[in-house]
Amino acid sequence: MVDLSTTWMGLELESPFIAGASPLSDDVDTVKRLADAGAAAVVTQSLFEEQLTVDQMALYQHTEGHADAHREALTYFPDYEDAGLGPEAYLKHIEALKGAVDIPVIGSLNGTTPGGWVRYAKQMVEAGADGLELNVYYVATDASESPAAVEQRYVDLVAGVRDVVTVPLAVKLSPFFSSLGHLAHRLKAAGADGLVMFNRFYQPDIDIEMLEVTPSLHLSTPDELLLRVRWLAALYGRCDLDLCCTGGVHGAEGAIKALMAGAQAVQMTSALLKHGVDYIGAVRDAVHGWLVEREYDSVSQMIGSMSLDRCPDPAAMERANYRRVLGVWHKF
Amino acid sequence: MPVTRILDANEATARVAFKTHEVIAIYPITPASAMGEHADAWAARGDVNLWGDVPRVVEMQSEGGAAGAVHGALQAGALTTTFTASQGLLLMLPNLYKIAGELTPMVLHVAARSVATHALSIFGDHSDVYACRQAGLGMLCSNSPQEAQDLALVAQVATLNSRIPFVHFFDGFRTSHELSPVTLLDDADIHALMPMDGVFAHRARALTPDRPVIRGTAQNPDVFFQARESANGFYDACPGLVEAAMDAFAARTGRRYRLFEYVGHPEAERVVIMMGSGSGAAEETVEHLAAAGERVGLIKVRLFRPFSLKHLLAALPETARRVAVLDRTKEPGGAGEPLYQDVLTALYEGDRQDVRVVGGRYGLSSKAFTPAMVKGVFDALEAERPKNHFTVGIVDDVTHTSLPWDPDFRVEPDEVVRAVFYGLGSDGTVGANKNSIKIIGEEAGLHAQGYFVYDSKKSGAMTVSHLRFGPNPIRSTYLIEQAGFVACHQWSFLDRVDVLEVAAPGATFLIDSPHGPDAVWDHLPREVQAAIVDKHLDLWVIDASTVAREAGLGRRINTVMQTCFFALSGVLPKDDAIARIKEKARATFGKKGPEVVRVNLEAIDAALDHLHRVEVPGEVSATRGRPPLVAAEAPDFVQKVTAVMLAGKGDLLPVSAFPPDGTWPVSTSRWEKRGIAPEIPSWDADLCIQCNKCALICPHAAIRTKVYPEEGLADAPAGFQSMPFKGKPFQGWKYTVQVAPEDCTGCNLCVQFCPAKDKRNPRHKAIDMVPLAPVLEQEVANFDHFLALPEAPLADIPDNVKGSQLRQPLFEFSGACAGCGETPYVKLLTQLFGDRALIANATGCSSIYGGNLPTTPYCTNDDGRGPAWSNSLFEDNAEFGLGFRLAVDALTSEARRLVGQLVPEIGVSLAEALLGAEMGDDAAIAAQRLRVEDLRRQLGQVSITDARRLEQIADYLVKKSVWIVGGDGWAYDIGYGGLDHVLASDADVNILVLDTEVYSNTGGQQSKATPMGAVAKFAADGKGLAKKDLGLLAMMHDHVYVARVAIGAKDAQTYKAFVEAEAWPGPSIILAYSPCIAHGYDLRFGAEQQRLAVDTGYWPLYRFDPRRVAEGQPPLTLDSKAPGERLDAFMRNETRFRMLAQRDPARAKMLGAQAQTDVTRRFEMLLRLARPEEA
Repeated sequence: MVDLSTTWMGLELESPFIAGASPLSDDVDTVKRLADAGAAAVVTQSLFEEQLTVDQMALYQHTEGHADAHREALTYFPDYEDAGLGPEAYLKHIEALKGAVDIPVIGSLNGTTPGGWVRYAKQMVEAGADGLELNVYYVATDASESPAAVEQRYVDLVAGVRDVVTVPLAVKLSPFFSSLGHLAHRLKAAGADGLVMFNRFYQPDIDIEMLEVTPSLHLSTPDELLLRVRWLAALYGRCDLDLCCTGGVHGAEGAIKALMAGAQAVQMTSALLKHGVDYIGAVRDAVHGWLVEREYDSVSQMIGSMSLDRCPDPAAMERANYRRVLGVWHKF
Repeated sequence: MPVTRILDANEATARVAFKTHEVIAIYPITPASAMGEHADAWAARGDVNLWGDVPRVVEMQSEGGAAGAVHGALQAGALTTTFTASQGLLLMLPNLYKIAGELTPMVLHVAARSVATHALSIFGDHSDVYACRQAGLGMLCSNSPQEAQDLALVAQVATLNSRIPFVHFFDGFRTSHELSPVTLLDDADIHALMPMDGVFAHRARALTPDRPVIRGTAQNPDVFFQARESANGFYDACPGLVEAAMDAFAARTGRRYRLFEYVGHPEAERVVIMMGSGSGAAEETVEHLAAAGERVGLIKVRLFRPFSLKHLLAALPETARRVAVLDRTKEPGGAGEPLYQDVLTALYEGDRQDVRVVGGRYGLSSKAFTPAMVKGVFDALEAERPKNHFTVGIVDDVTHTSLPWDPDFRVEPDEVVRAVFYGLGSDGTVGANKNSIKIIGEEAGLHAQGYFVYDSKKSGAMTVSHLRFGPNPIRSTYLIEQAGFVACHQWSFLDRVDVLEVAAPGATFLIDSPHGPDAVWDHLPREVQAAIVDKHLDLWVIDASTVAREAGLGRRINTVMQTCFFALSGVLPKDDAIARIKEKARATFGKKGPEVVRVNLEAIDAALDHLHRVEVPGEVSATRGRPPLVAAEAPDFVQKVTAVMLAGKGDLLPVSAFPPDGTWPVSTSRWEKRGIAPEIPSWDADLCIQCNKCALICPHAAIRTKVYPEEGLADAPAGFQSMPFKGKPFQGWKYTVQVAPEDCTGCNLCVQFCPAKDKRNPRHKAIDMVPLAPVLEQEVANFDHFLALPEAPLADIPDNVKGSQLRQPLFEFSGACAGCGETPYVKLLTQLFGDRALIANATGCSSIYGGNLPTTPYCTNDDGRGPAWSNSLFEDNAEFGLGFRLAVDALTSEARRLVGQLVPEIGVSLAEALLGAEMGDDAAIAAQRLRVEDLRRQLGQVSITDARRLEQIADYLVKKSVWIVGGDGWAYDIGYGGLDHVLASDADVNILVLDTEVYSNTGGQQSKATPMGAVAKFAADGKGLAKKDLGLLAMMHDHVYVARVAIGAKDAQTYKAFVEAEAWPGPSIILAYSPCIAHGYDLRFGAEQQRLAVDTGYWPLYRFDPRRVAEGQPPLTLDSKAPGERLDAFMRNETRFRMLAQRDPARAKMLGAQAQTDVTRRFEMLLRLARPEEA
């Protein structure tokens, strides 16, 4: 029996397999099934501050915008004061999940304002979240904003949230940084405990007939894993942050690669949406079988084994295709 | 310690009604709708009545239905009530006789409103309540929101003790909608006063099989009379029981009411007797005059039925010699109005023949009733023979009934702060003022009053808020005449309205101005400058629109302007006031979300930073005056009558200005140039593909297309755009898309709907929005030229949707909402058939934007022909339209018969041509019209009587098109019985149902057209049942043409349906999907939502044409594809669905799933009917 347990930001997990943020976590029964299937933790779908804000303002404008404008119709809707316009429903859901499963429940948060990050982070922890995943989603389209300023946004929000919560804190990043390692150090200093790599953005698509932009989000594919593998390997042991892989883990082999590169845990999302909640258990069992077959004692043995610091050919990890070509040429 | 809150009478009354009843049957009608809405909302959130139960609130299909349900529930033992007004009360009348005849305790609360006569009016008078004075009901009148609450309970007590059912009423709008402080009755008060013996007795009389009795028998001549007299004792006892209830109420609350309440000089010689809100103005005046030593008095009538002669005589001072009885109604042909006649009877029977009594009318349909008019009445009583059957408040220069009055006479005390605000309907001014009144009246301990005046339009409407604050109770039940604070919240109003007419000398004047403090003076028109200088006004400006926009509030400047009011008015110390506004913002908006609070707080702070005093020059310097309201070339009637009404001075028009029978000229909206759109569409001919969709979708006929010969450009203004017309019928002609810049509402629908994008920069389309101001002058000239261009010959216009927009709209510039989803259908109707159409229009949005003065949108073509339009009622429109058809058919038959008889005179060939004409298309119609002209020429040569008769009705030889138009509230609910009957006939009528799926005009109450899962008033927790399938019901008749259309989704199908429906010689019905502001999204996306409605199967398109049966085809043609998108794609864009998802996600999910199943099932059913081979 191989010991599959791991720790992720100080959370003791029975295995490295976490159900990532997705609509699957919206339903308590589904989360129960995930836990039963073998998920070691679950990340809730993000609480989007922007969504809450937009919903509030839209409802306000659409209901109040025509109020008191015509003598026969002073309003057009029933009073909506009891509508769940704040995070209440979301927070209640966290409470419900905590009451339903024993595995850690990690709250995912996407804020847009400093106040929003802090307020909602605190409320999610008060609702029972065992840890937080800050799903930072920022597309720097303003050409006058410097890279340093962009990084500072991340650092400030982590520091702000850390000021008000003590639970483990992960930052879910995109890969689009000049120096991820440097940023990781700064995030650690600001109070982060872990990095989740990487976020996947909605991508604008173009309707070539209607000449319109249509946002789209597709499920991940295994091809996306290798980008994660490289950066997990590059950061493992070098930033004092726990690492978690998300995006591209669709089976045992992918999970093993992520773990070997340096992930203490792996999140599965698209694969579960595609194959069903039980798939997380199947992957876990397959990894277990793989470890047994190769006589590993524990999963921790392989975590980081193929990181930049430990892999046999670090240059290959660092420079990838270009280096490989050079290497072949040198051997000629 | 009693709690005081700022309430209007509707809410104050509804609170008591809710607490004291077990069943509440409701139906919306202005101005009583809010009572039902409150009751429904409280029940939806689980509030309970006195006994701990949630009253059962049920919406009925009509007031008649509500009365029936009330009657039934009363008979079965429940304490039951309802609310209504006007025609609604009249629809209840048969049941009210029954309820009274059966001595059944009940209180019916009425916001008294004019009954439609020569015109509909939603405003207040007593014609409705007087119309049920003979039904055997008790009638109790309240004069203020406080009284409305209190007497609602007194009525409840009295009815239970007396067994006489009561109508408790107060004046529509003036009282139903006036905000003022109400000291609340709490549950303990109500408990203490409710006669539980009466409740038990009511229960004991309940119909129950456990101790059966029979009621509702039919009686014969032998006994009916005696039985009718057997109830006399109950009526005799009733006034005493009402008085006892008032006494008990006074003992409990300290508020004393009397059946007839006298105020004034103890030895008054001249006395006014009246009831209703006008008593407030009368009481103020009497106190003022009495204090000056005049021996005058006022009797306020509270208990009108049973009319207690004894109590009236007791209230009238012995010294009284002259009495004027004022009635807020008119009973043409009567010996006098009701209260006058009752008083006469009372004084005669009470041996007070020493008193000379005269009667007069005042205040019909909320006409202002001021202290000056009261003084005019007292002055008139001093005459040796006082004028009788007089009017006051108008100038009657025809039958000379009116009394003179001095408009400068005022009695308002100096300590009252009076403020008047001119706002735009959508800018939140009224809401902010309601908020201010609550801050001042509920929290700062001052007395407060708010009354709000709205104009007739649904888009770009002006609101005028009248606010009073003072240390003493405010009884001034009339509009402010001299204000110490005037605010103009829209810059454009300065050119349209004399906003400073109400400004008192030295008043503060605040303007929302795009021009800063240094520049604003030079932009003011001469009249405004003059008023500022002459009245020594203290002028302030703020660019509130910018402040609000930057704070994230969009066009809602309410918070910004409210802050400025508090900063300037001095009602409260400034810092205290700002702190209170912020606190109120947190409380008001807190439940709407923290972001809403944040932006409002930000706006409050920013407002103070941007508020500037203006140094007023000592003299007028403006070179421009306020532009005329209507163009100089407008017809005489428009100049003399309409323009006065547009200026807000319709009160000054004398009786002689008006047609006596409600008949008004058409084509008047074109003279009202409102210029309300900040941005208007601009046409780029280089990109245009001439699809005409912009014109098709425009709700206001404010963007139009035309083809014309090249000569039309000869005298075109520079800058007039045109392009060669693409298409065969008019080869070599020019084509122009033209906006009516001052008639556009800026809704953006045309831009959103325009399919022509610039390939290099798709953000740019053939139609883009541009700011109005820089292009206004040019576009006005362009539009004038466009109108002067000849219309394309109808016979040559292609028979398709594109061709439809080359026809002249005969419905233009209505007051409908910006982005209205109904009006494009109405406009299309007039383009296709308007020159030969009669339109019967049900009451509702379409009758308001179609027929509400001052200006109306139906118009005529160059031949002077156009739709003949009328509105009868809400409930009878199908029958009304059928009447049109019957009359047209009768006159047509007569004309045809006369043609036959006059063959010797007119010749066989003409007669045969006239009688044999097919008239299936425009060319044939035109040919028939030429024949009729020929006929008239020939008849002119003939001197026999039949020739004269035929001359008069010869136009009926040309086919007429009868249309019956209305909304879903009419078609699905209140008018369904009649609609069903007309569908079951063989009459050639066309029914257009403008389906917004909700009662739009009265403010979003659910109808049977409301879809499952939608939140609406009376369905606050989301409608749990599916929309009634009116189309399917109509198809079951077999001989009815039925179409379901959505113009923004598939305009060609809509066009085809209109043409086919009109051509079908029997009844036809078109169900037209109509986006509405009550759906809760930006209506610029209305067409896209229609597309989604169709693509998701929410609104399948079809045409059921009985003609196809003869061709061996199924009559149903399905015009939309199987649902391609999930229903959620449609629902998630609209507040009506989203509100439920946010309020109750589980129920939203459940109903959403059911709705999805329903959509799929219904589509499959349609598919089976349309294409059985595929199903």
